[in-house]
Amino acid sequence: MLHIVNKSATERNSLESCLRMATKGSAVLLIEDAVYAATQGSAAAAKVQAAMADVQIYALGPDLDARGMAARVLDGVKVVDYGGFVDLVTEHNSCQSWL
Amino acid sequence: MSDMMDDMDGGEGVVKKFMFVNRKAPHGTVYALEGLEVVLISAAFDQDVSMVFTDDGVYELIKGMNTKGIEVKDFSKTYRALEGYDIEKLYVEKESMDARGLTEDDLIVDVTVLDSGEMASLMAEQDVVISF
Repeated sequence: MLHIVNKSATERNSLESCLRMATKGSAVLLIEDAVYAATQGSAAAAKVQAAMADVQIYALGPDLDARGMAARVLDGVKVVDYGGFVDLVTEHNSCQSWL
Repeated sequence: MSDMMDDMDGGEGVVKKFMFVNRKAPHGTVYALEGLEVVLISAAFDQDVSMVFTDDGVYELIKGMNTKGIEVKDFSKTYRALEGYDIEKLYVEKESMDARGLTEDDLIVDVTVLDSGEMASLMAEQDVVISF
């Protein structure tokens, strides 16, 4: 399954819930304000790093760029563009958007 | 009533302390941009304006934004223009910066960093607090 999160982890608990429910081998794509969680020094960084043992974390590049965060992405997080976003959706049987 | 008359009497001598509190990240919601526009409008009224950035609001001031990819306006450079409108009191909360791994060097404008206690005192002395 592909999990998509779009809200800041320091404002909502959607990423936390997502990481709790994401099973081994699934993918988590961070978009919009959720990309801050994949940056060095963020309060959510430790949780994201721990989650990477079981799930692959992706972050949307244009959203990182727009927020001035492209140079701060955590090691192990894969940055994708809009084409990569579409690929992820087609590669997985189902999607869960954590609104 | 007489207070109200004074306020409306050309506004001469009536300067109130206004604080605009910014707590939202840019782009994901419209709050950051709308808040900034309200602050710019407030400059026309010659009031004592402070801008505060706490929680995800500190992300509004990050250097090096490039919004081309998401096709929205990059309003972060507008914070640099605030000085020209005599809005020079910009405060960020230390705890919010620390929680996000940010330092003053990461910000696009000069700010005063206050800890939560100092921020609380500043907030308590305001006449009007408007939150975004």
